[in-house]
Amino acid sequence: MRDIAVVSVAQHQEKALTHTTEVELMVPLINQARGAVGLTQDDIGFTCSGSSDFLAGQAFSFVHTLDAVGAVPPISESHVEMDGAWALYEAWVKLQIGAVDTALVYSYGKSSPGSLRDVLSTQLDPYYLGPLWPDAFAMAGLQARIMLESGAVSEQRLAEIAVRSLNGAAENPLAVRSSAAATVDHVLAEAPIADPLRPSDCAASADGGVAVVLAAGDRARELCDRPAWIKGIDHRIDPHQPGVRDLTRAPSAHKAAAQAGAGDDRLDAAELAAPFTTQEHILEVELGLVPETAVNASGGALAGHTMMAAGLMRIADAAQQIHDGRADRVLGHAASGLYLQQNLVCVMEGE
Amino acid sequence: MAERLRADLVLEYPFTRTTGPVIGAFLTGLREGIILGIRRPDGTVLCPPTEYDPESSEPLTELVEVGPGGELVSWTWVDPPRSQSPWDRPHGLGLIRLDGAATPMVHGLLVSGPDELAVGMRVTARWRSEREGHIADLEGFVPEGADQ
Repeated sequence: MRDIAVVSVAQHQEKALTHTTEVELMVPLINQARGAVGLTQDDIGFTCSGSSDFLAGQAFSFVHTLDAVGAVPPISESHVEMDGAWALYEAWVKLQIGAVDTALVYSYGKSSPGSLRDVLSTQLDPYYLGPLWPDAFAMAGLQARIMLESGAVSEQRLAEIAVRSLNGAAENPLAVRSSAAATVDHVLAEAPIADPLRPSDCAASADGGVAVVLAAGDRARELCDRPAWIKGIDHRIDPHQPGVRDLTRAPSAHKAAAQAGAGDDRLDAAELAAPFTTQEHILEVELGLVPETAVNASGGALAGHTMMAAGLMRIADAAQQIHDGRADRVLGHAASGLYLQQNLVCVMEGE
Repeated sequence: MAERLRADLVLEYPFTRTTGPVIGAFLTGLREGIILGIRRPDGTVLCPPTEYDPESSEPLTELVEVGPGGELVSWTWVDPPRSQSPWDRPHGLGLIRLDGAATPMVHGLLVSGPDELAVGMRVTARWRSEREGHIADLEGFVPEGADQ
């Protein structure tokens, strides 16, 4: 296997990018990520993006966003209709093949023009679930009640996770929901939004984008003082129908973490892309995280959930901690689908 | 000035899809007022039915009638109702394990408030009078005895 590292990251997120197009959003981010390591598009061996036509409301919308990259003369390029974390996985595979030494990965989402909790109904199967338009909060409410009734988690623990996000986000200028003063009592006093879930249990939806540069071997050492070396990366999926799954668990997250070697050594920090406190709890259990690991110092996806980018943002947040020397071994996580159906785990280390 | 040319533009998805031998049978069953599950190799029944076993991926073929009564496994309350859903008033959303099935299905709960819902309670299907082979042929589920 080749040594491959995240050498540069740039991201932006806010509550609603009402007057900014996806191209206008991505031009400065892509320039910033490439520029920080002194690269232009001519130096990039492979470019891969993640986004959703459903959010953009247009087929092949990602082709427009290539204007932010600069695709003349022609570039080697690909796209996934998934969170950018899966675009990063594709770029990692491309770098493993060995024909190129650098890759640009980016993703973005603008869900503010619609109601994300309703739009997400369209990711459900089109026969049994989709036609009922069960919104994302209500579906998560069904899972939450099973978790609480079975003792898989307590309301107190869910409130603690919400407070961890609110407090952590207070230090993060990219978070769209934060409160340095929030306490468990404040959260427990909230009226339910999708009984038994409270507003602070549900991620605050956001618009934004993220760009990441990957490089292999000595090229990474040239470009970055402290590359975030990808020591393990894996993604797995569980069945779609909620009835056939144990909703207190996410076996695919457990498997991905094991395959990525998450538990092989101490983790200083983990950044999790869980859109609900219930799912953040499930991930902590499935990933085997211990109290010594700082979970979601950024506030995580709960503090700002940019659809299609929340996972790549977590990987970027985790890699940044290696670049800055704040951590030596970190985990970035991405999820997709109903009830954490699909999970990606990326373990990174500094030298 | 020349007469302006006009043409109607209809934005459409002009394809039909077959729903296949399993989902199609389930939807046809709904039109007839029955609910079908499908038997797994271990003898348990999945409802709603899937074409393949979720663990072993083996094809599944033996359809079995389940319900119309069942047990409420989980619930939440939807208020306000979502604009595109089949329901126009606040309602419950539930995971309902029908009698004869080992797995629960998602559907609406037609009660007047969340205090009428509890995990473990008995519920039963309420049908629409006009049915077309669609998941919303089931109007939803009501507490057992409510429609008698």
